Amino acid sequence: MEYAIIGNSAAAIGCVEGIRKIDKAGEIAIVSSEPHHTYARPLISYLLQGKTTEEKMKYRLEGFYEENGCSLLAPRTAVSIDTAAKSVTLDGGEELRYNKLLVATGSTPFTPKMQGLENVSEDDKHFFMSLDDARKLASRISKESKVLIIGAGLIGLKCAEGIAGRVKSINVVDLAPRILSSILDAEGASLIQERLEFNNIRFHLATSVQSFESSNNKSAYGATLANGEELGFDQLVLAVGVTPSVELAKNAGIEASRGIMINSKMQTSAPDVYAAGDNTMSFDVSSGQSKVLALLPNAYIQGECAGVNMAGGDASFENAIPMNAIGFFGQHVLTAGTYEGEVFVSSSKDCWKKLFVSGDVLKGFMIIGDPSRAGIYTNLVRERTSLSSIDFDLLREQPVLAAFAKPWRSANLGGAH
Amino acid sequence: MGAFDVLPDYEISRNLDRCIVCRVCERQCANQAHEYVPEEDAMASDESKCVNCHRCVSLCPTRALKIVRSSNTYKLNDNWTDKIIKEISIQASTGSVLLSSMGNPEDYPIYFDKITINASQVTNPPIDPLREPMETRVFLGPKPDSVERDSNGKIIPNLPPQVKLSMPMMFSAMSYGSISYNAHESLARAASELGICYNTGEGGLHEDFYKFGPNTIVQVASGRFGVHKQYLNQGAAVEIKMGQGAKPGIGGHLPGKKIVADVSRTRMTPEGSDAISPAPHHDIYSIEDLRQLVFSLKEATDYKKPIIVKIAAVHNVAAIASGIARSGADIIAIDGFRGGTGAAPTRIRDSVGIPIELALAAVDSKLRLEGIRGKVSIIAGGGIRSSTDIVKAIALGADAVYLGTSALLALGCHLCRSCQAGKCNWGIATQEPELVRRLNPSIGAKRLVNLMTAWQHEIEEIMGGMGINSIEALKGNRLMLRGVGLNEKELSVLGIKHAGEGQD
Amino acid sequence: MKRVYVNEEWCLGCHLCEYYCAFAQTNQVSMARALKGRKIHPHIRVEESGAVHFAVSCRHCEIPLCVKGCITGALSIDDGIIKVDESRCIGCFTCILSCPYGAISPSPDGHAARKCELCQATAAGVPLCAANCPNQAIVYEDRG
Repeated sequence: MEYAIIGNSAAAIGCVEGIRKIDKAGEIAIVSSEPHHTYARPLISYLLQGKTTEEKMKYRLEGFYEENGCSLLAPRTAVSIDTAAKSVTLDGGEELRYNKLLVATGSTPFTPKMQGLENVSEDDKHFFMSLDDARKLASRISKESKVLIIGAGLIGLKCAEGIAGRVKSINVVDLAPRILSSILDAEGASLIQERLEFNNIRFHLATSVQSFESSNNKSAYGATLANGEELGFDQLVLAVGVTPSVELAKNAGIEASRGIMINSKMQTSAPDVYAAGDNTMSFDVSSGQSKVLALLPNAYIQGECAGVNMAGGDASFENAIPMNAIGFFGQHVLTAGTYEGEVFVSSSKDCWKKLFVSGDVLKGFMIIGDPSRAGIYTNLVRERTSLSSIDFDLLREQPVLAAFAKPWRSANLGGAH
Repeated sequence: MGAFDVLPDYEISRNLDRCIVCRVCERQCANQAHEYVPEEDAMASDESKCVNCHRCVSLCPTRALKIVRSSNTYKLNDNWTDKIIKEISIQASTGSVLLSSMGNPEDYPIYFDKITINASQVTNPPIDPLREPMETRVFLGPKPDSVERDSNGKIIPNLPPQVKLSMPMMFSAMSYGSISYNAHESLARAASELGICYNTGEGGLHEDFYKFGPNTIVQVASGRFGVHKQYLNQGAAVEIKMGQGAKPGIGGHLPGKKIVADVSRTRMTPEGSDAISPAPHHDIYSIEDLRQLVFSLKEATDYKKPIIVKIAAVHNVAAIASGIARSGADIIAIDGFRGGTGAAPTRIRDSVGIPIELALAAVDSKLRLEGIRGKVSIIAGGGIRSSTDIVKAIALGADAVYLGTSALLALGCHLCRSCQAGKCNWGIATQEPELVRRLNPSIGAKRLVNLMTAWQHEIEEIMGGMGINSIEALKGNRLMLRGVGLNEKELSVLGIKHAGEGQD
Repeated sequence: MKRVYVNEEWCLGCHLCEYYCAFAQTNQVSMARALKGRKIHPHIRVEESGAVHFAVSCRHCEIPLCVKGCITGALSIDDGIIKVDESRCIGCFTCILSCPYGAISPSPDGHAARKCELCQATAAGVPLCAANCPNQAIVYEDRG
């Protein structure tokens, strides 16, 4: 086999498309532990909401593998990699030889250590990461269900929105004092929290579950919180966080910390082995730090970059930044970059906005409400555009290209002809 | 509306079934005749501000707009017409001279329309311009009386400097200031592409346009604005402007508000100050004085540039032209009373001067009679509207024609005749940057090239029909013309026969 | 490939491009009937700031961050033209967050992203914004 890809999500698909930019023929094998056509993972909450279907949530159309000359090995799990022999051992002992390998194993939901967790039966205990997770959750909830979600991050809250119309009650518990703590500050978080509470989602913040008990008087289970509250529930969703899946790579001697170490060409420490996606360490140009950026756009771009290089092309990806676009009950949240430096706040009926400026560069921003043209800000963060070269006073008010110097517009929009 | 305000001549008619309130009319009207009314989400208009330039009509995407002649009228009177009554009312309010723009619009005879063109039948074959060569090139400048040869029989080149044109047309003098930078660029680019010339007028030459020098006539007028040695040498010829058909005997006045930075630099006059061209050249009171200026300019240009003298068509035009021909000038330009202007006193424009057809014929006849026709070329301007007008002008004796109004029409002018206001909605007769940018010179130049090329084709077609294959053979060939409905005197001044009369 | 280019030097700020864009989306014959009394949602927008005005629409980038970042696969490149499959778009607006030009907008109902697709699927077949720009400030041409 010319190319082997472990994984079947954004990074893997990006890799296939990257390879095919250069090499139209070389055989590609995709190893996926899930028994599905590639699907858009973040859409599982929309599936529960009824806003999409399993058919529509395919990340690439039916026929993608055939058109791109890929053989999909699914459900199969890669057990080990022999970087010297250039082969991957699959479950069942089968050997998959490769010339170039992409490790795009993504991440795994993290199970917190909580007292009495074993009291909740496996059927009533859920993660919210995969299509199978969503199917299982859907099969277990009803109009009478009382759902307890541990974790008020993106996954937990999208899950809450997904099932909000389908269950009796939703309680969300998080150790942090605010929701969406990874992408919003207290002020922004409270705006979203209001919107969620308006939709009957209850929050228990800055606290944690002390213990789970089987059978509360009215519900199947009970949870006692650190603040003394007692919550009855019959379905539990664990959305505390995810861990990059690096064991396979580490066991093969590939250098990894929290994520697999890669260079700007997505090469790992092992020859001909590339990595991309949520299982890698990315260099965030907005903060200047190496971190795991578990973001779909990042995964795709890394995967595509890896694919081009695997096929003998020359690509690099050096300006990754955190960025999130997400909505809750019609309220849009758009964020990017790092929140450090001087803060410029603006607030109107349609839009709440915070811009973070440090050292003549826009470091990051949060927008809640009108998403219009937010990408103009993202581009400033990504490109680290010097703010003194543009009319930042105008740009602070609204994202417009009129704030850029005329030569920029001439070069990018058309110019004299 | 006040008791003494003048009734608007035109009304803005908006078809509300079609109006989608896109507000393009409002955005495009520099006179603010259209207004958006937010409470009603609808457009309103004020016809008293409308100059009927048709900018809104042309850009309205749903064709919802019409500008119609107001039916509001004073009590009918063929003597004291609406026009006269309004003019008196305005002057009673302002105490000022009436100002107008563009050419004389009054109902005088148009001789071009009373002249028909000949065609070949049976005894002399017509020529098909698609199959046979047809020469539209002309050379302007004095031609030697005889061919001189050296002792070896070789021709001695003794041809004085000439202006070479690919077709017998030029764009007439319109200054940078009276028209916009973009209008100038359009004319310059078109002239260059066509192999003809445009004319700076009395406004100097913007440095950006030096590159079009070989296709530029540089003008020297009574104000001497923008004249310096490099300017004189930059052009294909130098034109001394003695007069202008739209305002014979009158100087020029470019208001200070049009003297913006670039215009000021090009004219070499202070920014914001009115630029006044005196009525006379203060150093020219005779043909002898003119001769001095002609030779001064020849001296300054090393005798390499032909000198044009431009005069308005006035009563004594033939005798004046004869004097000019003897002054050392190489080319005489005659501007008829229909010629355009950026601003002129209305009374002058509409009542002074004579038609170009008569002036041209008189000048050509006079110079022939005196045996000096070969010493000069003649350019006719002021009222040329079509390729047939050009053919007729050449047959009446012109070597080439100047085209002003028709060129502006090609650039988008709708002849609203409000140039003097400086708010040209088509970006032509204005210096306001927001209006100037409405004329994209790429479009302007292309349209001028299209028009000239179309006319060139038509001229070839008409000449072919007459059995003539070059402009040279058409020039002064008045036998190719016949008058229709003209009296004996008109025919005799024009030097043509009446329709129905044969060759002999 | 042919793209829409804008040259602000010649933009009059007349906004006709926006109306022609909205008209193109309706596939109707008469603009008056198509747009009368309706709010328009053009894919091209005229930006105005003092004396500066110019139109902005999708550049159909060779390296389209919107397509790469699309979490559903609703955005794709078809023969160089970046298109949205509205049935697969769930309106997360990652594309809006990604586009450096601000050329993607939410649909009027806010449930999907919309953008210029160069009028290829409309009755006109060519971008009406460029075809109807009165000053060639917007052109549709192949600059390689």
